[in-house]
Amino acid sequence: MKESLDPGCSCGCDNHGNKEPVSGLQSTGVSIMLKMDYTQAGCGIEPKNTFADYEKPGYILSSFVEDFILSDTGLVPKVKTKMDKSDIKATIMVRSGIGRNNYKVAPGLYCVGNPDKTSEVMITANFKLTFDHLRRELENINAWILVLDTRGVNVWCAAGKGTFSTKELVKRIKLCSLEKVVDHKRVIVPQLGATGVAAKTVKRESGFRVVYGPVRAKDIPAFLGNNRKADKKMRMVTFTFIERLILTPVELNTILKPALITSVVLIFLSGFGPGIFSFSSAFGRGMVSVLALIVGIISGAVITPTLLPYIPFKEFAAKGIISGAVFAALLFLLISSAIYGVAAFISLFLFIVAISSYLSMNFTGATPFTSPSGVEKEMKRFIPVQVIALVISTGLWIYSAF
Amino acid sequence: MEDIRYLDDVSSLVLNQDKCIGCGLCTEVCPHNVFELRQGKSTIIDFNACMECGACVNNCPSNALEVSPGVG
Ligand code: SF4
Ligand code: SF4
Repeated sequence: MKESLDPGCSCGCDNHGNKEPVSGLQSTGVSIMLKMDYTQAGCGIEPKNTFADYEKPGYILSSFVEDFILSDTGLVPKVKTKMDKSDIKATIMVRSGIGRNNYKVAPGLYCVGNPDKTSEVMITANFKLTFDHLRRELENINAWILVLDTRGVNVWCAAGKGTFSTKELVKRIKLCSLEKVVDHKRVIVPQLGATGVAAKTVKRESGFRVVYGPVRAKDIPAFLGNNRKADKKMRMVTFTFIERLILTPVELNTILKPALITSVVLIFLSGFGPGIFSFSSAFGRGMVSVLALIVGIISGAVITPTLLPYIPFKEFAAKGIISGAVFAALLFLLISSAIYGVAAFISLFLFIVAISSYLSMNFTGATPFTSPSGVEKEMKRFIPVQVIALVISTGLWIYSAF
Repeated sequence: MEDIRYLDDVSSLVLNQDKCIGCGLCTEVCPHNVFELRQGKSTIIDFNACMECGACVNNCPSNALEVSPGVG
């Protein structure tokens, strides 16, 4: 596979043949791409578009690639710095938790603008949203982009999981013959990748010096303009209202399946009563308990995350108890006529609070400031409380039917 | 992140100032501004902000830092 015609040979990496798509090209695995449909065009019209040199049977061009430039290691895809419709559509899909799995960019070397041997090399992950964030901020900048294979996961999570790593960085630098692409021996790694990268090892094994860039891609132009220096603000993570809100659809999505199973169990439990089992009470009381479940989920997976700093206590589980209690009270105000007896009220209250507390605690896994030691401490204290609340709640719910 | 804080006194971060050569890399990679260079040595100025991400440990050239999340 070393023919000079191979258009994907942009980085001398292992992307050739049918193993992995070449950077900038996606494998369709089916047919040759047709630029002209002759039946529609009509035979009287001269076909205008001829194939570009980089087009290749079995591959279609990634929509974010606008051209290819020739570097000392071959053709390198040049990417757009503007998002188009397909990018925005795909972003919405990912954010709502649909089709997240197959949203990757082929690893390898890309570029923006017209980079030369003195241009910076930006390192990033192959999660498409991460890649999009980066290229959007590189307008009017000439730079190389080296995409690591992080299995389609963002820099922060991949660094924690060990795919955005020293090993992968060194491997990608070598596969792409980076020393032939640039004269300087420097790569810019996003600061949040530092959890997975050891600068001294990268230097020893590849010869390249790691310079840590800012946390957020939007600060890159300022960082580059300031001689690759980031100020304190650029170095600190934030967890703003919007950043927290963006995470909630994915949280909800992962809860969907267990919630459906729980609903079935709840309806079943609600059927027990004086007549052993009653379908009408399974339906009537079942609906009330499912409503309580929904309220608990909204409280724990949406309200606690978004209102995080405004809810008292530092433990997420405790915050969840507070928001759960408030929401349980609100629910009772609305549907008190559908709930019979003190036992039923207490049961539903404990249920909502336990669900909310558990899901709030679960959210510690999505934040950029909770230490694993702290989470462990919190879990040891609150899981027993949540379990006891659930057991009492179930007992009271069955009892309240009699 | 000054507005949102997590639990106090839980981080397992340890800095051995005797080993520190004052390169300042930990102050660069830490996303929570836990360190500051004082008189050529790294100093922990905000222990409770540490989230045990390990970025500082990974990059310290003289093994002056340690963190063991989830132990203890
Ligand atoms: S472990 Fe992470 S948060 Fe803690 S001091 Fe080191 S870099 Fe900062
Ligand atoms: S990275 Fe290590 S040697 Fe460098 S300043 Fe921090 S503690 Fe000291």
